[in-house]
Amino acid sequence: MLLAVAGALALGFLLLPLLALFLRVPPATLVSELGSSVVRDALIVSLETSAIAHAFILGVGTPVAYLLATQRFRGRALLIGAIDLPLVLPPAVAGIALLAAFGSRGLLGATLSAFGVTIAFTQAAVVLAVIFVASPFYLRQAVSAFESVDPDLLAAARTLGARPFRTFRRVALPLAAPGLAVGSSLAFARGLGEFGATIMFAGSLRGSTQTLPLAIYAELDQDFDAAIAIGALLVLVSVAILAAVKLLPSWSSISPFRFAPSRSS
Amino acid sequence: MELDLTVPLRSFALELSLETGAETLALVGPSGAGKTTLLRTIAGLVRPSRGRIAAGGDTWFDSGAGIDLPPEERSVGLVFQDYALFPHLTVEENVRFGARGAVDDALERLGIDALAGTRPGELSGGERQRVALARALGREPKVLLLDEPLAALDAPMRTGVRSYLRGLLGELGLPTLLVTHDYADAVALAGRVGVLVGGRLVQLGTPTELLTAPATPFVADLVGGNLLVGRAERREDGLTQIELEDGTRVLSTDEASGEVALLVYPWEITLARAAGDDSSRNHVRGTVEELVPLGNRVRVRVGPLTAEVTAASAERLGLRIGEPVVASFKATGARVLGAR
Repeated sequence: MLLAVAGALALGFLLLPLLALFLRVPPATLVSELGSSVVRDALIVSLETSAIAHAFILGVGTPVAYLLATQRFRGRALLIGAIDLPLVLPPAVAGIALLAAFGSRGLLGATLSAFGVTIAFTQAAVVLAVIFVASPFYLRQAVSAFESVDPDLLAAARTLGARPFRTFRRVALPLAAPGLAVGSSLAFARGLGEFGATIMFAGSLRGSTQTLPLAIYAELDQDFDAAIAIGALLVLVSVAILAAVKLLPSWSSISPFRFAPSRSS
Repeated sequence: MELDLTVPLRSFALELSLETGAETLALVGPSGAGKTTLLRTIAGLVRPSRGRIAAGGDTWFDSGAGIDLPPEERSVGLVFQDYALFPHLTVEENVRFGARGAVDDALERLGIDALAGTRPGELSGGERQRVALARALGREPKVLLLDEPLAALDAPMRTGVRSYLRGLLGELGLPTLLVTHDYADAVALAGRVGVLVGGRLVQLGTPTELLTAPATPFVADLVGGNLLVGRAERREDGLTQIELEDGTRVLSTDEASGEVALLVYPWEITLARAAGDDSSRNHVRGTVEELVPLGNRVRVRVGPLTAEVTAASAERLGLRIGEPVVASFKATGARVLGAR
């Protein structure tokens, strides 16, 4: 009985604020607010920066994770530990750190401006901030997905004439795919919600660096209904991603083998 | 295939020098003797600290000449102990992965064409082994390497797979190196057997050579008894008659049929100048082919059998090479391996 009450309280506490987003304003207002130009601009900025950042995370993160999972070298443990650092770093620290590195008065600022490149407070800064905070979510998951592929399968591929790249593409990648998809979803969700590092490193310029989370903050005292509408939209996206992560392994035709490599004994 | 290599392992070094032709050679040894490491080294998955590996006229590794081909450039078919089939690919796709020739032929040769569309997860141990063999052979390798080919199979399946594999290896005529911890498997599958202990080849020879003149007590223990291969048939009197490869017929009390391996311990064989009136059902007449003293005992080879008698008995019988002798043992002393 006591447990049931505690459970109901906890669940209510978690769900009530989310429900409030949908109940605070009538659904018709929610939909019309989503059509407003502020929301549209923020949506475009969010989608663009997320897509670029995510492409980068997958493109660079996948081979890096594969190497970390399959190669043994000095400093490997240190490197894997370092991946986790952005996970525990406060977002504001990430933002100030990025400024300290790439800002106009930052470490690389002079070098970059010599080439006519400005990063801080541009869309590139949004992309960098998202990569910085979201990539660990993908890398961690990807390293463990590649580690769970039986090394004998990779060795077998090599003895069957496959060069390292073909071994990666035909054996490691498909077998790690379900884990990679989970990591990819988590990283995308984290990137889409990025706030702290972005506002410090990229600012909140409408149509350029103002992403959906930043637009919520900006609209808070301008148009509260619009802020609520963006919040509702992000909740729906989050729920969709969460559902995908939960359902993905059972949908994938490969996943049943993920935890059952060829060991037959 | 020519091997001469040193591979440092955790607590000792694998040091081996070996030359094989188009034959099946088995290396037997306890686990941790470096057997799997040897196969991986030949395949290019482990790098030796020094030495040379050559096969079919190609040099795969030569520390002196700075040659070290990656695995994909070595024409080798390696069958892993757990088969290492790709779980996300069908049987046909597994074989196609490394195939040079027609995949259908490779599947047909191993009798698995009906399983082409099946995934490895749905196969039995014996079927998996055939797929692994088909996949390795599909590459048309110059050398076939088998890692514990029967270890992953259940006991009842082993006897059947053993004789199947023996036939297949004979048909292929490929230089084949197999490693196993089971001496019976080695004898059943290979013409020559090497004993690997602590990374070193202690002895290399035919099973008869190992039995007649074991180089060390370990080899004597490992070899144990006479392992004879033949065809078993039930007789009406309830005994099993086994016709050995050289035509000798022996009786066993074990029930068996088909191709079997028979074990007779040397100390259960008695020698006499003429067959006496005793309870032994098996009397093999032959001449003394080899006499090897082992301390106060002597190992005597007569036809397909090696007997062990005391030095005093050998003296009393006046055993000399080339002289006629009768080797006798009871039907209860002839055990069929894998019999139920």
